[in-house]
Amino acid sequence: MAMLEVKDLKVHYGMIEAIKGIDFEVNKGEVVALIGANGAGKTTILHTVSGLLQPSSGTVTFEGKDITKMPGHKIVSLGMAHVPEGRRVFAQLSVYENLLMGAYTRKDKQEIQETLDMVYTRFPRLEERKTQLAGTLSGGEQQMLAMGRALMSHPSIILMDEPSMGLSPIFVNEIFKIIEDVSSMGTTVLLVEQNAKKALDIANRAYVLETGKIVLSGDADKLKNDDAVKKAYLGE
Amino acid sequence: MSFISYLVNGISLGSVYAIIALGYTMVYGIAKMLNFAHGDVIMIGGYVAFLTVSGMGLPPVLGVLISMVVCTVLGVTIEKIAYKPLRMASPLAVLITAIGVSYLLQNIALLLFGASPKAFTSMVSVPAIVLADGQLTISGETIVTIVACIVIMIGLNLFIKKSKAGRAMLAVSEDKGAAQLMGINVNGTIALTFAIGSALAAIAGVLLCSAYPTLTPYTGSMPGIKAFVAAVFGGIGSIPGAFLGGILLGVIENLSKAYISSQMADAIVFGVLIVVLLVRPTGILGKNIREKV
Ligand SMILES: Nc1ncnc2c1ncn2[C@@H]1O[C@H](COP(=O)(O)OP(=O)(O)O)[C@@H](O)[C@H]1O
Ligand SMILES: [Mg+2]
Repeated sequence: MAMLEVKDLKVHYGMIEAIKGIDFEVNKGEVVALIGANGAGKTTILHTVSGLLQPSSGTVTFEGKDITKMPGHKIVSLGMAHVPEGRRVFAQLSVYENLLMGAYTRKDKQEIQETLDMVYTRFPRLEERKTQLAGTLSGGEQQMLAMGRALMSHPSIILMDEPSMGLSPIFVNEIFKIIEDVSSMGTTVLLVEQNAKKALDIANRAYVLETGKIVLSGDADKLKNDDAVKKAYLGE
Repeated sequence: MSFISYLVNGISLGSVYAIIALGYTMVYGIAKMLNFAHGDVIMIGGYVAFLTVSGMGLPPVLGVLISMVVCTVLGVTIEKIAYKPLRMASPLAVLITAIGVSYLLQNIALLLFGASPKAFTSMVSVPAIVLADGQLTISGETIVTIVACIVIMIGLNLFIKKSKAGRAMLAVSEDKGAAQLMGINVNGTIALTFAIGSALAAIAGVLLCSAYPTLTPYTGSMPGIKAFVAAVFGGIGSIPGAFLGGILLGVIENLSKAYISSQMADAIVFGVLIVVLLVRPTGILGKNIREKV
């Protein structure tokens, strides 16, 4: 059984149906990309999976457990982390305090410290700036902080919403390297990206979303060579 | 010497405002709403202390504790019944509801305790200190009020900076969605904020009635508004701002009463607020509100 299973999901904002009945799954260890134009519904899907939004129908199953109606804060302790669109770090808290917030659901101080060391090793910039307020970091650094914060909960799956958005090309490459890194450490990744080319490069499988519906899905390598995908998303 | 006496009494009155203002400012910081019923929770706190101590003869410390428990339960209940269902509603709907809750509490008190003022006996047993050969007397109430305010300020700051629940409050005040993604129970954190604010309101109620010993269903109304002004004055959402705003307001009010005119004191207080807000719209210590991209 897949680690994350979404079945016939529909999500409304008031009268507007933003997600019109979609199915997808993410298996353990995979990097799965969700690509689509602005406004296609990618963020809405991630918000619904992690419990920030309630669907109007359909189910979300995580590690065999139905989490459709579960409050968002409880889903975190099941091992799901979410790096939200626009990073949303706590600007008034220091880098270190932001990372501690990421470990909010964990109790063992020793284990938290170990994860913190791991995050600092992976993101040396965060350690250099640990006492600095998060609001004073550059966009790329904030993205690293948002990722580090998500890792602090020691998740088995991370949902990432447009992590490369608004970053300089150097940072974009660094962020994608980090995602590959996270994946190679055994964490499953559900990646939402505008940058379809880079996303398909690191993903195992992908789903293409258009106005609330999945129109294409399959192996990332295959989708990369699909004419429609090339034309619409890869600018070829 | 009389100036020092007016000043100390002003600081004491300001300490009460500061304790009340904390409730406004914390709730605003976290739930982004103005809880206009907060002043009336003070009044309920006063009645509970009056009934338990003067009525049932319990020791004052116990009376204050019972009053804090009752106000905490009341505050959390108000939040759950009146405000929580409106979390997605327009700010105006929430404001009107809060004003409604305020009138409801006043009228419940009127029904239960009647309109005639109760003579509140002071809960403070600390003796007054006499300084400068008897020219300056500082009452026990004044001392206890100022000390209580300082202890509360330090305690609250430590709680927010050092405890996990306190840091959760900071996170929720900044970004509810992101806080939830950290595993923070946002509704629980909002309820906790109401609980703390209401417990402080009970303390404020007892201190206020000990210093100004008449208790009516409208006792909380004016101090509530003044404390709200103090919170805005200091910068709504800011805890040090509530402290500073409260003390300044109390001092300005008392000195105006002493040296200008006791009828004009309130007008002067509100006038100063208007001037401050014209110069600094976010209050003295308020953060500049940054637009989100
Ligand atoms: N809070 C909201 N209220 C109303 N409509 C919304 C809201 N958020 C998103 N939408 C609409 O839902 C659709 C999907 O949005 P979104 O999930 O943000 O897309 P994406 O992340 O793919 O850019 C869009 O049409 C958007 O306008
Ligand atoms: Mg989006």
